Amino acid sequence: MIHIGLIHYLIVSSILFCLGIFGVITRKNAIMVLMGIELILNSANINFVAFARYGNFGNSGQLTALFVIILAAAEAAIAMAIVLNIYKMFSTINVDEIDTLKD
Amino acid sequence: MTESVLIKIALVTLFLPLIGFIVTLLFGKRIKWLYWFENSILIITFLLAFVLAYFKLAYFTDQTIISEFQWINLGNVPILKTFTIELGIMLDNITVLMIFVVTLVSLVVHLFSVDYMKGDKRYNRYFAYLGIFTFSMLGIVLTDNLLMIYIFWELVGISSYLLIGFWYEKKTASNAAKKAFLVNRIGDIGMFLGILILFTTYNTFSFDKIFYQVSIGNLPFGTELGLTIAGILLFCGAIGKSAQFPLHVWLPDAMEGPTPVSALIHAATMVAAGVYFMIRIFPILSGDALLVIATIGAISAFIPATIAVTQNDIKKVLAYSTISQLGYMIMAIGVGAYTFAFFHLITHAFFKAALFLGSGSVIHSMHHEQDMRKMGGLRKKMPLTYVTFLIASLALSGIPLTSGFLSKDGILAGTFAFGSLTGNWWFAASGFLVAFLTAFYMFRAIILTFHGKPKNKEKYEHAKESSFLMAMPLVVLSLLSLFFWYSLNPFNPEGGKLLSSWVKPPEISVPQNARYDFMKTETEKVNEANLTEEITYSPAYTNALRTAHYPTLFTSASLALLGILFAFLIYQWKFIDPDELANKFKPAYKLSFNKWYFDEIYYATFVAGTLALSRAIAFFDNKFVDGIVNGSAFVTVKLSAFTGKFDSIVVDGFVNMTAYLSGLTGLFFRRFQTGKVQSYLMFVIFSIIILLYIFK
Amino acid sequence: MENFPILSLLTFLPIVGMVLILILPKDQGKAIKWLTLAITGIQVILSVVILYFFNFSLGGINDPSSFQFVEKFRWINISGLSWIGTIKIDYFLGIDGISVVLILLTTIVTFIATLTSWNITKSVKGYFALFLLLDTAMLGVFVALDFFLFYVFWELMLLPMYFLIGVWGGPRREYAAIKFFLYTLLGSIFILLVMLGLYFSATETLVDGSKVFTFNLLTFMDPSNYTATGILSPLNPNNLRFIAYIALFIGFAIKIPVFPFHTWLPDAHVEAPTAISVILAGVLLKMGAYGILRISFPIFPEITQQVAWYIGLFGMINIIYGALAAMAQRDFKKMIAYSSVSHMGYVLLGMASLTTAGLTGSVLQMFNHGTITAMLFIIVGIIYDRTHTRDMSAFGGLANQMPVYTGFVMVAFFAAIGLPGLSGFISEALVFIGAFGNEQIRVITAFSLLGILLGASYMLWAFQKVFLGTLKDKWKGLTDLTFREYCMLVPLTIIIIVIGVYPSVILQFMTTSVNAMVKFMANANVIFSSISPF
Repeated sequence: MIHIGLIHYLIVSSILFCLGIFGVITRKNAIMVLMGIELILNSANINFVAFARYGNFGNSGQLTALFVIILAAAEAAIAMAIVLNIYKMFSTINVDEIDTLKD
Repeated sequence: MTESVLIKIALVTLFLPLIGFIVTLLFGKRIKWLYWFENSILIITFLLAFVLAYFKLAYFTDQTIISEFQWINLGNVPILKTFTIELGIMLDNITVLMIFVVTLVSLVVHLFSVDYMKGDKRYNRYFAYLGIFTFSMLGIVLTDNLLMIYIFWELVGISSYLLIGFWYEKKTASNAAKKAFLVNRIGDIGMFLGILILFTTYNTFSFDKIFYQVSIGNLPFGTELGLTIAGILLFCGAIGKSAQFPLHVWLPDAMEGPTPVSALIHAATMVAAGVYFMIRIFPILSGDALLVIATIGAISAFIPATIAVTQNDIKKVLAYSTISQLGYMIMAIGVGAYTFAFFHLITHAFFKAALFLGSGSVIHSMHHEQDMRKMGGLRKKMPLTYVTFLIASLALSGIPLTSGFLSKDGILAGTFAFGSLTGNWWFAASGFLVAFLTAFYMFRAIILTFHGKPKNKEKYEHAKESSFLMAMPLVVLSLLSLFFWYSLNPFNPEGGKLLSSWVKPPEISVPQNARYDFMKTETEKVNEANLTEEITYSPAYTNALRTAHYPTLFTSASLALLGILFAFLIYQWKFIDPDELANKFKPAYKLSFNKWYFDEIYYATFVAGTLALSRAIAFFDNKFVDGIVNGSAFVTVKLSAFTGKFDSIVVDGFVNMTAYLSGLTGLFFRRFQTGKVQSYLMFVIFSIIILLYIFK
Repeated sequence: MENFPILSLLTFLPIVGMVLILILPKDQGKAIKWLTLAITGIQVILSVVILYFFNFSLGGINDPSSFQFVEKFRWINISGLSWIGTIKIDYFLGIDGISVVLILLTTIVTFIATLTSWNITKSVKGYFALFLLLDTAMLGVFVALDFFLFYVFWELMLLPMYFLIGVWGGPRREYAAIKFFLYTLLGSIFILLVMLGLYFSATETLVDGSKVFTFNLLTFMDPSNYTATGILSPLNPNNLRFIAYIALFIGFAIKIPVFPFHTWLPDAHVEAPTAISVILAGVLLKMGAYGILRISFPIFPEITQQVAWYIGLFGMINIIYGALAAMAQRDFKKMIAYSSVSHMGYVLLGMASLTTAGLTGSVLQMFNHGTITAMLFIIVGIIYDRTHTRDMSAFGGLANQMPVYTGFVMVAFFAAIGLPGLSGFISEALVFIGAFGNEQIRVITAFSLLGILLGASYMLWAFQKVFLGTLKDKWKGLTDLTFREYCMLVPLTIIIIVIGVYPSVILQFMTTSVNAMVKFMANANVIFSSISPF
């Protein structure tokens, strides 16, 4: 039987991170990009919890993970507001078309 | 009559002519009679001078009265402690006698000019100039220091410039004035240098103090050579002013001035200033300096005498004769015959003034004809002029019973004594030769002018005796050319008060071993030889002078008579044809007639040289010095043009290229600037991966 | 008179006048002229007041306590500059016996130059405004005791001069103006360098005991004020004082002008309008000589002793070279310009002597040359106004046509050739006496005496060409002097004669200072040399 150790958590987390990055980079829809960001954050959470479990850090890992979840919620709220505003201005939420940064 | 009163009289005498000058100059144009103001001032001046001379000689015979005031004070000077320049006047017998002579001659010249210059458009100006001249001349005479003598020396120079160039419309007159001033300045440079040497050594200009310092053995540069150099340099001033060789060239030209002016300044006063100056500084003239002076004097006596023989312009003859006579005086000083130099100065002043005024009288009546070849026979038309001219000529020739005989004999005796004491007979020889020549050329002039037949009938017809104002001066001056004023014994100059008690040789300040041998003071012997006359330095000199007296007397008188005889033979009785004689001795005649080519030589060397140098300098200045400036400006302009090009092409090109390159680079990198966050993030991630790969 | 700022008043009065002129409308030419005349007239009165209150017994030169009418306060005070620390520049005015004479000269010459400018018609307003600015600058140079202030005035003078020559001058005015400007600017650069070198070499102790760098001229005259490492400090074994001296000398020599830096002078004079020539010759040339006396000599006494012979040599060259060059000129004005070169040589020779007589003669020669040359240029101006030519050979016989004018000419010419009784003689004689007293330059002095012969030659020659002889027909209509011309010539004539007859009138002001200078130079030479490695 395979003993589930730290390395497995890290593998799951990195898969999740790569999926998140992939989402952020490839999706055209801003909402999807946000979801990718959520995935990245969650992969980080997994890491925190995993290191807290296997390392000698006390409960700080879990605490940080909770903190990140709260942060993610807040971030999602703000991001949604930004996306709404972008939609109002450009009538689209396709990130490819919003290239005013170029100027 | 105290000393201070005498000083005051002297001051008034000095400044009156200046007042005359200022008033006449400023108002002369409007007030026509102002020349009488100037003339009356001169009369007062003369009377004052007479009073001054009388009281000085009668009551203060052996005293020297000095009065000084501080002119410049430079305060508490480092090292020297004080630096003051005093001006002052000094009255001794020589001074008052000289003042008397100067004012007398000046007065008669003033009076003579009243008629002579009548009708001139600058009539009053002429009298003003005479005033400033008299003032300057009195200044030279009265002063007690070297600086003041130099100051008045220059003033005399400038007033003679004004007077010689009085008829400045004539080019020759203005040239002559300029020449006189400049030639004089050459001498003045030497004189000023001499004054500087003395001042630097003694820190004073005063004659007295300098003589004292020299006598206690304090010498310039500490050597006797220094004293000799100073003496010779001071003598340079006299060379210029007394028209001695080699600076005599200005005097003949100066005859361009009105004839009374020639009488005043080129016979009696200005040119005598040089001799007077030598008399003043006689105590500090060392033996070597005296020898130089005597040599210059002898040359100056001889050369002009030879020139005067062939001149045709009556004034030129007199001019050269003046130089020659001044040469006599200078020579007399050089051989130590101090008293006779002064004596001759006085007698010459009167008879030469008489001659010049006489010639003026002739020229006036001949309507400004000066060429003797066009005169002749005037004896009948102008008897008074003739007689006075004759007396003065006799005095000049040194014929017994005249004043000139007494003084010239003294000088010749001095040269003779000098010869016997030092074995140097050159001076005596030249003195006698000149005595012969003098008599000859003077009588040549008289015969050509007054004797024979008139050569220019028209002018002769118009000639008439001069007016009272012009004749009176001639009479006065010719009377003063007779012997009895000076010495009751017509054969011994020491028979009068002038030489026996008024004029005596001064105490020599020069150190013993720098003097002539016969001037050395031998204390004991002075006491032994009971010197009653006190006119000499040592017993040996007294004896030599006494021994020389009679031989020279006869020799000079007979030589003069011989000269007169020759003149009569040639020009009156025509035994010898002068033209034939001239042809026979053609080179000598040409040399004499052309004045030994001095003017030509000087012009070719000094004048042309200076002018060429000045043109060269101006060229150098314009082309070279300024050329460098302009050249550097040119180079700068060219350089800046080049820099401009360089700037616009190379430097700016480089700048532009950089801009272009960065533009290109920007264009390239711009492609990565999509404005899409996702692509940026992709770059980030790729970069991280690459970095991780590199720094693994 | 203790605290009344009379020097500032004197110096800045023309600026007030300039502002008033700028306010006046353009067509008020007459009012502008009279205003300028009034201003310069008041200045003459002020300078006479200064003379009246002047204390003869105070020497000045290096002693701050014996300067008179001193005004001193902080002018510029910038602190906290990285390595320089603090810049403190004083507004420091004061005069001694040397400057007081030149102030008098400046006010008189300016007043007369105003009269000379009366016939200016081209943009009167600008001319007189610049003229007054020039006046301020000239006076400022003579009263400043702070090097920085001195330099400011020195440069300030360039600007109006450039325009006055360049706009109101003759046909080649632009060339002359630029030449003058660049030449003088070149000299200024040298002066500036030395000024900065001195600034970083000496310190002044303030009331609170701190030491700051200073531009105070008097500070540089005391060796104890120098820092150990300053490049111009005598304490520094590798100091550059000798080079600095040469640079400073060149700077001032250009202004005097000394051969071979003199060629701007004839051009500037010939092209400048008469009044500006008068100012140029009368005052500006003196500034160079004054600079040497005020700055070079007391700050570098040991080097002055070393180079005195060369200064004397330059003096001699100036005298003879200038005279010979003058002799060859045909242009009346150019001849007088070269005669200035010659006459300024006497100033140099007198300074080189380092004796009381020589320095007195030198300062007096500055004054006399100022008045005499001013008169000479006015004379040329008068004849040029009437005939529009300056070629001397075009004239002849003017003495008959213009007798009064000729009389004044004779005074000026005879004064210029050093005739006794006129002022030129006194200064030349004192210079020669002093210079001959210094063994070092005795031979040079003897040769310089040739100058009095050459000077007489060209002057009399010119006089003969222009005034003697017969009058040419085309000049038959010339008129004699006008009232205005009398007003210009009479005061100068009086000054020339009074000083010539009784020089103590003016000598009394400068004797104490000159003696202090000679004494200081002799002592300071010892002190400076003993601590200097040279």
